[in-house]
Amino acid sequence: MKHIISALVENKPGVLAHVAGMFAARAFNIDSLVVGRTEDPKLSRMTIVVVGDDKVVEQVRKQLAKIVPVVKVQDFVGQPVVARDLMLITLSAPPDKRPEILSLIEMFKARVVDIGVKQLMVEVSGPETKIEAFIDACKPYGIKNVARTGTIAMPRQGPSEVKS
Amino acid sequence: MTIKFIRKGVKMSPKSRSSAVSADKSNLKAGAQIIVDTLIDLGVDTMFGYCGGVILPLFDRLYDAPIRVIVPRHEQGGCHMADGYARASGKVGVVVATSGPGACNLTTGLATALMDSVPVVAITGQVRTELIGNDAFQEADTTGITRPVTKYNSIVKDIKDLARVIKEAFYIASTSRPGPVLVDIPVDIQVAKYEADGPVEMDLPGYRIQTKGHARQISAAAAAINKSEKPVLYVGGGVIIANASEELRKLAQKAHLPVTMTLLGLGSFEQSRPESLDMLGMHGSAYANYAVQECDLLIAIGARFDDRVTGKVKTFAPNAKIIHIDIDPTSISKNVNVDIPVVGDAKYIMTELVKEVEYRERAEWFKKIAEWKKKFPFSYDRNASTVKPQYVIEELCRQTNGEAIITTGVGQNQMWTAQFYKFGRPRQFISSGGLGTMGYGLPAAIGAQIARPDATVIDIDGDHSFNMTMTELATAVEHKLPIKVCILNNGYMGLPRQWQELFYGKRYSCSRLQNPNYEDVAKALGAVGETIDKKADVPKAIKQMLAEKRPCVFDFRVEQEENVWPMVPAGKSLNEMDGLDILESMA
Repeated sequence: MKHIISALVENKPGVLAHVAGMFAARAFNIDSLVVGRTEDPKLSRMTIVVVGDDKVVEQVRKQLAKIVPVVKVQDFVGQPVVARDLMLITLSAPPDKRPEILSLIEMFKARVVDIGVKQLMVEVSGPETKIEAFIDACKPYGIKNVARTGTIAMPRQGPSEVKS
Repeated sequence: MTIKFIRKGVKMSPKSRSSAVSADKSNLKAGAQIIVDTLIDLGVDTMFGYCGGVILPLFDRLYDAPIRVIVPRHEQGGCHMADGYARASGKVGVVVATSGPGACNLTTGLATALMDSVPVVAITGQVRTELIGNDAFQEADTTGITRPVTKYNSIVKDIKDLARVIKEAFYIASTSRPGPVLVDIPVDIQVAKYEADGPVEMDLPGYRIQTKGHARQISAAAAAINKSEKPVLYVGGGVIIANASEELRKLAQKAHLPVTMTLLGLGSFEQSRPESLDMLGMHGSAYANYAVQECDLLIAIGARFDDRVTGKVKTFAPNAKIIHIDIDPTSISKNVNVDIPVVGDAKYIMTELVKEVEYRERAEWFKKIAEWKKKFPFSYDRNASTVKPQYVIEELCRQTNGEAIITTGVGQNQMWTAQFYKFGRPRQFISSGGLGTMGYGLPAAIGAQIARPDATVIDIDGDHSFNMTMTELATAVEHKLPIKVCILNNGYMGLPRQWQELFYGKRYSCSRLQNPNYEDVAKALGAVGETIDKKADVPKAIKQMLAEKRPCVFDFRVEQEENVWPMVPAGKSLNEMDGLDILESMA
């Protein structure tokens, strides 16, 4: 099962190495890991997607919490959350195919961010499933390059019945 | 580099004996002085350290500081000394090393301390801040290398942080589940000056300690104990670290519970008491292993269900409900699923438990245990004409009234010590359990003797374990430490040889080396050396050894192919022990 784990960590050198090293040393698999600053300059947030059974994820959570500069750990499993990925994707886009591609981009509420002679760069964000679907839809045109952020997530504050 | 640094420092007049890094007349203090002052504030009066280029400013400040510095012959030895000092005293052990090779040599010692939860603070020099990352002379990525073998580490890049980071290192090393912490300090930070003002506040937003166990969990544990017909207490080093032996004794007595100990738990409970089942696990007692496999309730306290304890996990304590009391939440349900976890300090939780538990006779259960004890005691051929290693240990135990501080190497020597020396109090048995570091015994004995100058400290060692760090004998001689090294010399790496005999068709591949004459080695290094090869000479030799005021090495030429019994072969359940027929025949 996939778990999204959010860790608030001190914004210090070596913390990422410590977290990554712990995952490697204990043979836990990371699906994705995103680090970014927060509103507090002393803290960063790591969002880690882990796949494993409950016992493994429980260990991941505890081992993370044990790392001294890790301030807080939350496992979002079972909670309503907003989870998003961001992707930049470069597609082969010869002039005759562009109308088709642009309508695809429209359908996915994506944006063209760069236009070259033969290719387009598109920015798309959303749940991971949407990103995957967009990649599949683009395959026939020829994908040149993909860069993805991995998942970031936050629990919903609104009524829990509002699903993402 | 050292020369360069001195040139850059304060100019030295030929007459002045003040050093290049001493503080001037203002309130400015050199980083090295801040380190020393912080250590003194933290109560450090002894440390183990080896100097080198980029740690010289610190050693200069130690030159006339009220701190005793013991210089090992190798940084690994220094780290084990700090570890032995910490285990024997309960205080933080401090080790200092230079950058690069000095820091790298600490790693085995740090990993040993991490596995066994020992409070050690390591301070390492680092190349100048602006050289870091440039492959400078004696540069290594010390924090990178030591991160997996420390509880925490950090590099100080601003002198303003120096005192705080050192204070935090001591706090982290010695609290919650203790462990080694390393602070890497570039040489320019040691030389830079800073006006330290006011008290130093720690800033550890991510470090929390859970001392009090959850009241409802404690009550649930007490209720389970009160209901149990066949309980077993399984205690580890955590009880010793928590200074909770007294609470353990009260709990075992009040609720009437049999107690088995892990290797590191030895000393937490008097082995002469009727409730003691001695050690459990791969080379544990048959009665402890049978009791664990048959119990209906296993109460683990400060232990972590190591694979050497559980044997095959799937069939470990198959009928038991499991209570696990530990300060480290990651230990809980890591290897074995726990029914009633209680996270917190063992001393606090046991104090609370004692209030709620009731006495129960459990006559049948104790009768069964007594039968196992009678049938399968630890034993060996006492009528043999050769020097049996177990005999040497029994004799050591007898002549020291079971009161000496014992360190060990790793392997057969360690297992026989755990089986045949009967411990009565905490911090008496000092051994590398988790990492199994050969060569630990001698430097740990040195550290223990420094912590406890009046105690009898004996390193019961193997010949090959001793080979690994015997250079530290020179350190013991220099400091006139009356440590006693008893080498159980069988000429082999004993446990590998035993496994080769049992599982590899007696093909003794690479497990036998040509040893030196240890008596000569000892004498050359300035220690007392003796060789004992006759059984009849053992008692007299031990008596002589115990009376010695100088370090001694007594080389006992023991039976070469003696095995440790019982033995749970790898991958087997605890009750599937080999060698029971041997024990039974000699009982």
